[in-house]
Amino acid sequence: MTLMIEARGLVHEFHTKQGREKKSVRAVDGVDLDVAEGEVVGFLGPNGAGKTTTLRMLTTLLHPDEGTAKVAGYDVVTQSEDVRRSIGYVSQTGGVFSGARAGDEVMDHGMLYGRSKAEVEKRGKELFAQLQLDGLWTRMPRNMSGGQKRRLDIVMGLIHEPSLVFLDEPTTGLDPQARANLWEHIADLRTKRGATVLLTTHYLDEADALADRIVIIDKGRIVASDTAENLKAQVSGDLVALEVADSSRIGAAADELKRLAGEVEVEGNQVRGRVARAGRAVPGLLRELDRTGIELESIEVVRPTLDDVFLTLTGRSLRDADEAGSEATNEEGAADEVPA
Amino acid sequence: MRFLRESFIVFRRQLRMNLRNPAWVIIGMLQPVLYLLLFGPLLKPLVKQFGADNAYTFFVPGLLVQLGIFGAFFAGFSLIGEWREGVIEAERVTPASRTALLVGRLWRDVLQLFVQALILVLLGWALGMNASFRGAVFGIALTLVVGAACAAASNALGLATKSEDVMAPVINMVMMPVLLLSGILLPMTIGPDWLLNASDFMPFRHIVDAVRSSFGDDFGGSEIFWGTGWALLLCALAVWWGTATFRKESA
Repeated sequence: MTLMIEARGLVHEFHTKQGREKKSVRAVDGVDLDVAEGEVVGFLGPNGAGKTTTLRMLTTLLHPDEGTAKVAGYDVVTQSEDVRRSIGYVSQTGGVFSGARAGDEVMDHGMLYGRSKAEVEKRGKELFAQLQLDGLWTRMPRNMSGGQKRRLDIVMGLIHEPSLVFLDEPTTGLDPQARANLWEHIADLRTKRGATVLLTTHYLDEADALADRIVIIDKGRIVASDTAENLKAQVSGDLVALEVADSSRIGAAADELKRLAGEVEVEGNQVRGRVARAGRAVPGLLRELDRTGIELESIEVVRPTLDDVFLTLTGRSLRDADEAGSEATNEEGAADEVPA
Repeated sequence: MRFLRESFIVFRRQLRMNLRNPAWVIIGMLQPVLYLLLFGPLLKPLVKQFGADNAYTFFVPGLLVQLGIFGAFFAGFSLIGEWREGVIEAERVTPASRTALLVGRLWRDVLQLFVQALILVLLGWALGMNASFRGAVFGIALTLVVGAACAAASNALGLATKSEDVMAPVINMVMMPVLLLSGILLPMTIGPDWLLNASDFMPFRHIVDAVRSSFGDDFGGSEIFWGTGWALLLCALAVWWGTATFRKESA
């Protein structure tokens, strides 16, 4: 197995000043990350968890304060130029000037990789066709839709045929249709180009849909790394929710569920509990409820989501972490602005 | 070779964007013309008191340096816009030389300055400036070096501050003493000694003196030496600073 990314103990601190007080924020706090050739890895975490900072270190844009990383076989610090030549990077903001023609920007970008004009023009036009940007070669990005602009950013990242592609929050801010469309193109990166992909996201469904393996980062540390299936299996069981018709029987229903779930939660006339392999256990449960004459309004069985995984791992739901993390992101942004 | 190719790609891209927005180019060209037509005549009756005999031979070199300094100081603003849209980051992730990313932009600024300088000098001659050809050529060359220095510094400042709101007051703060102590509009020699001594510490005054001597075809004095020295030194420092900001991780 060839490793495309091999990071050990990456650390990056941002220094901010608030008034006279100097503060250090350890945005990335000892990240180890291995990505094999041909893998699609989803880097998942709330805002401010350190996803982008890690990515910027791996793409040579930021020096690690501690630790080492090899990307495409080259050291990110001592062989940064070789790393740059081997990777494509699509940042959150993209990289196409809104007031320049799309085709010109793509060609200039490709030529900075040392490719000839004819070569980048041919390749650029192929990519425009593949990413459904036909006819937009001379259009300015400011006159494009969000989805078109994002696909153009991906063209920029692919113009020099990199074997490793970094995508930072590729679908943030897109409408659901454009998102679904972009997912197809991202999936194509591997299936049609054989590229290795590392994408960051704070959407669970995105990581679930695209990635072979999910790496969860929280507060600058990796808290889990596995397939979506295995991660979900860590959450003890599926959620079974019973809605009881007669509220006086709620205690009895809770007792029945407790026998399977161990721990149950009662809310109104609903009883919830986590049950291992619920698909097999539920028929027995229903029979038992029927026998004791407890009538149900409804029953729901929910497979665990990555949100449950995040909750199990960190004690917070991803949404709560997002809100708490937005403050940290602001700090990160402010730190960026300090001329050091 | 590779460096030239990379900086040329950046230069061509910048030029293309400038030409797409020709309003700024036209304003840039118009500025020296307005100065010459509307301020030049005011100097005419005063110029004898400076010990000079031709208002335009005195004024054109000053205007030239002013153009070189102040026009170029604003170059960094467009860089902030590019940074905001992720263009700088996209360029920095390519294997291109960091110096080429800066120098390509400087070429655009120097080219624009060169065209402005030509208009200014030709118009000066038309209005009766009494300067030698080789003096004008050397004066323009020196101006281009100063302009490159200021544009590089402005790009560095833009990328370091990343905010027009921070950059504008900084530039204003720098511009005022430069304008007042460099003898661009009026010669420092007509002022009191303390002011003249203060202006000795202003590198741009020596550059203005050198361009003036050059236009007056006076290559014998020390002015040319000091002015050229300062111009080259400032340019080297500014390009070094600019490259450092392009290389730096937080940019």
